[in-house]
Amino acid sequence: MENQDKLLNDITTQEYQYGFVTDIETDVIPKGLSEDVVRLISFKKKEPEFMLEFRLKAYREWLKMKAPEWAHLRIPPIDFQETIYYAAPRTSPKYQSLDEVDPELLETFKKLGIPIEEQKHLAGVAVDVVMDSVSVTTTFKKVLGEKGIIFCSFSEALIEHPELIKKYLGMSVPITDNFFAALNSAVFSDGSFCYIPKGVRCPMELSTYFRINTAGTGQFERTLIIAEDDSYVSYLEGCTAPMRDENQLHAAVVEIIAMDRAEVKYSTVQNWYPGDKNGIGGIYNFVTKRGICRGESSKISWTQVETGSAITWKYPSCVLIGDNSVGEFNSVALTNHHQQADTGTKMIHIGKNTKSTIVSKGISAGKSDNSYRGLVKVMPGATNSRNYSQCDSLLLGSTCGAHTFPYIEVGNKSSIIEHEATTSKIGEDQIFYCNQRGISTEDAIGMIVNGYAREVLNKLPMEFAVEAQKLLAISLEGSVG
Amino acid sequence: MLSIKNLRASVEGKEILKGINLEVKTGEVHAIMGPNGSGKSTLANILAGKSDYEILEGEVTFLGQDLLELSPEVRSRSGLFLSFQYPVEIPGVPMISFLKASVNEHRKFKGLAPLTAGEFLKLMRAKKDMLHLDTELTNRSVNEGFSGGEKKKNEIFQMAMLEPKLAILDETDSGLDIDALRIVAEGVNALKTPENATIIVTHYQRLLDYIIPDFVHVLHNGRIVKTGGKELAFELEEKGYDWIKNGNDQ
Ligand SMILES: Nc1ncnc2c1ncn2[C@@H]1O[C@H](COP(=O)(O)OP(=O)(O)OP(=O)(O)O)[C@@H](O)[C@H]1O
Ligand SMILES: [Mg+2]
Repeated sequence: MENQDKLLNDITTQEYQYGFVTDIETDVIPKGLSEDVVRLISFKKKEPEFMLEFRLKAYREWLKMKAPEWAHLRIPPIDFQETIYYAAPRTSPKYQSLDEVDPELLETFKKLGIPIEEQKHLAGVAVDVVMDSVSVTTTFKKVLGEKGIIFCSFSEALIEHPELIKKYLGMSVPITDNFFAALNSAVFSDGSFCYIPKGVRCPMELSTYFRINTAGTGQFERTLIIAEDDSYVSYLEGCTAPMRDENQLHAAVVEIIAMDRAEVKYSTVQNWYPGDKNGIGGIYNFVTKRGICRGESSKISWTQVETGSAITWKYPSCVLIGDNSVGEFNSVALTNHHQQADTGTKMIHIGKNTKSTIVSKGISAGKSDNSYRGLVKVMPGATNSRNYSQCDSLLLGSTCGAHTFPYIEVGNKSSIIEHEATTSKIGEDQIFYCNQRGISTEDAIGMIVNGYAREVLNKLPMEFAVEAQKLLAISLEGSVG
Repeated sequence: MLSIKNLRASVEGKEILKGINLEVKTGEVHAIMGPNGSGKSTLANILAGKSDYEILEGEVTFLGQDLLELSPEVRSRSGLFLSFQYPVEIPGVPMISFLKASVNEHRKFKGLAPLTAGEFLKLMRAKKDMLHLDTELTNRSVNEGFSGGEKKKNEIFQMAMLEPKLAILDETDSGLDIDALRIVAEGVNALKTPENATIIVTHYQRLLDYIIPDFVHVLHNGRIVKTGGKELAFELEEKGYDWIKNGNDQ
């Protein structure tokens, strides 16, 4: 027992592995938020007029709104005038090859364990790297271009495909949806845009690595994914952040639209700096993610492995409008030390025979707090719709918290809703069994936790699953018993 | 190989082992018998390093080392194996990855390189054949949904993979059908060498028909109250434990 505690203590003192700052010149605008700042962002990015209007409208709405307080989170007051809303790497031309890329940046990728060179050749992953809000490099564009797939930075899309953005932006997440979404709509700096034309199966996983770099810079990413009839895409979002002492606000918005029989798989591995073991620093991750299954028999699935951030507020949701459409949410959320997470999903059933599945695996350790919050709403017209929810919580030690807040609203009698929930503690007997076979307690915990999360990990694309498994093992520094 | 001297241990303030003395030499097979609750599993668990117990007194040396100073994983890597009376389930962890981690930890300890995937599979196949283990079991999660007998067989399969110096089998026979009992016993015998040793905890004579013990010890109320040859097991089967209890309590 003492040994175990000591070991756990040792692991706990491990520093966050990705804590470093890349020294690249950045173009920063003064901190604070006003209409002028919004105009300046839009101007710097040379945006079309409609975009500026969208931003201003969002800004004015945001002024009237309040930060949500219903989550099971303790959020220190955020001074929005102390945040810098725009930072772009000054050396930001588009590169044709990696040789042209700033060596510092390449070094950063190496430290992050993202072998871009390898990825180019190996997995067939096109990487749209977002470094401090502006895309620095985009690969594989040609291959995708041949299929008519558009995958580029949001800024680029604004210039080259303004009509698509004008049509779809704000469709899944309206400006007024919530406080953080409104803020994002006003000040988002960049993000990714993805368009899959009719009948096209995207031949590779589309992947974006996010990274926050400039001190004190809030990062406001905007992602828009449109899948036309009979198309398919699997999209990966992964991120790590350098260590900072001050809290960094992050309020991203991701919108997905799936048309008839289209399928979009969106996978996230989130590993932002969680703060140190005393709860100092760390990212505030207030994200709005929503997909609309507009077309009949369309499908949107969210798979997330969340191990980072000091505070997570995130509910990737599906609005099932098309008849027979399908929504899925698969989540592993791990909190340790003083991390707080309030995460879950919303499944809104509107069309007939719509189906949704929720699998949530919470893992809490240290003094952390981990809540699942999920809404399943079945509208009167959604006859014969079904939902299955399974929410499991695993506790490591006795100083952490796990909570489940399921909300179920059913508007018709033909629908079937099933909800299962379990809470368990990691078993001393399981750890001892592993020990008795020569496996250390640290490895045993990693193994047991990965086993617990397997159902969700299995939903991730291969290369991501491996990374996620390592992350779970690394991030787990809870006390046992 | 193993030397236990006056071992006293308690759990939750209750003394369970009240002075155990036991010497196990290489090449020997020892059987420990005794009524329910007499402390057999407690002894096995303490030797393996389970943390629930408080050692009050005594010494245990294993291969010249102070066993009680070693962490459970180091005991395992040093060659001590416990076949659990109640093997625990670990959902979602495939048996095959669990075993691979285990085997490679043992190899690392010995300064050997980890087995390649091919070598590992080959080793596994050989040991599976030896124990007539259903191929499908290694693809499932560790012990999850295994039948009682399958769990026990799986323990001995792991033993075969690790080839321990000292194997402690805690009621491995209970739950096994007649054929499985024979197969498991044959497996244990096949693994026997002049360099290793086995401690068998059992309630029944029938396992000892297959695995012939050099010594039989009777544990009662936290003490070894009688030691004899294999004929002691027959005697117990015939007369029951009352014979021992009465003899001892006087
Ligand atoms: N963790 C524990 N907490 C409380 N009591 C315990 C604990 N572990 C063992 N005991 C007690 O110690 C005594 C010895 O138990 P042990 O499991 O060693 O018996 P055993 O000889 O293996 O019996 P069986 O033949 O039934 O397997 C029992 O009375 C048991 O209830
Ligand atoms: Mg027992």
